[in-house]
Amino acid sequence: MGKKKRSVGELNASSMADIAFLLLVFFLVTTSMSTDKGLARRLPPPVPKDQINEDIEMNKRNVLQILVNSNNDLMVNGEVLEVSKLKEKAKEFILNPSNSEELPEKEVGSFGSFGNVMYTKKHVISLQNDRGTQYQAYLDVQNALVAAYDEIRDDFSMQKRGKKFADLSEEEQKEVQKIFPQKISEAEPKNYGGN
Amino acid sequence: MAKFRKDGGRALPGLSTSSLPDIVFMLLFFFMTATSMKEVTYKVNINLPNATQLTKLEKKSLVKYVYIGQPKKEWVKYVGTESCIQLDDEFVKDADKVQTYIIDKRAAMNEDDQGQMVVSMKVDKDTKMGIVTDVKQALRNANALKINYTALGK
Repeated sequence: MGKKKRSVGELNASSMADIAFLLLVFFLVTTSMSTDKGLARRLPPPVPKDQINEDIEMNKRNVLQILVNSNNDLMVNGEVLEVSKLKEKAKEFILNPSNSEELPEKEVGSFGSFGNVMYTKKHVISLQNDRGTQYQAYLDVQNALVAAYDEIRDDFSMQKRGKKFADLSEEEQKEVQKIFPQKISEAEPKNYGGN
Repeated sequence: MAKFRKDGGRALPGLSTSSLPDIVFMLLFFFMTATSMKEVTYKVNINLPNATQLTKLEKKSLVKYVYIGQPKKEWVKYVGTESCIQLDDEFVKDADKVQTYIIDKRAAMNEDDQGQMVVSMKVDKDTKMGIVTDVKQALRNANALKINYTALGK
């Protein structure tokens, strides 16, 4: 049985380019390449309702108290300080390089592949702000503290492994994080010092 | 003497455009994959603060947003000029609403992802901390502890 081969008419694809262009322009216009970046923080877990709020006595040397008032001024352990100097102050506090009596006590701990390390286990940075504090000022303080921790971790990794913290293996990163945990405590909000 | 040909000579062959759709499609796919649509229309003015120690927000599906800032002009007559919280497309007067909002959003998520939820706080840099603290308390109560203060690099 002979079948006549019918030729299929060629599909006209010349409008394809137009359609594609249209879509392209749409996506070009709506696109925003920048991904959001920000300061990652962790909030403390909620306080159970029935818990009586007792201020835990901390050894004074182990606490770095940072207060930010409604004029965005900073007070660190009772002294007025510029935000730009906070990072160094925090680093000194966390590391206690001179083994000072005023700064947090050092302890020896064993950390996986890093062996025994002297570290300030009990240090706490306490941050309190007023309700009238400007958000930017608050974030500056947070930023300085995170920067201090990041630099300490980087320095430590450099010293021990010759690599930056970000280049360490996951396990090593965890160990370093254990040695220098971010201990920034934000007190339960209080209102003091007007708006 | 050089010879100039005056009479047109060879005809220019037609430019083949048959590969144009391919090229355009390639670009199209690139932009389609790279694009990230704006989450909502802002009803508040947000000038992001500056910071240096930034981390990228990954996995858009895990991120929920809270916006705080002064209402835009067209909304002032409804809500006043005080800093407001915006969730999705709505103004929220009470910071406690954030708690229910986040709990609802989390319940709608995949069960595996619920623990990894990140709340991104987009806050205007001139906002007073009072409202931010209220929202933070609400987030704590909702057990949404991973937060991210959105900021611009310096």
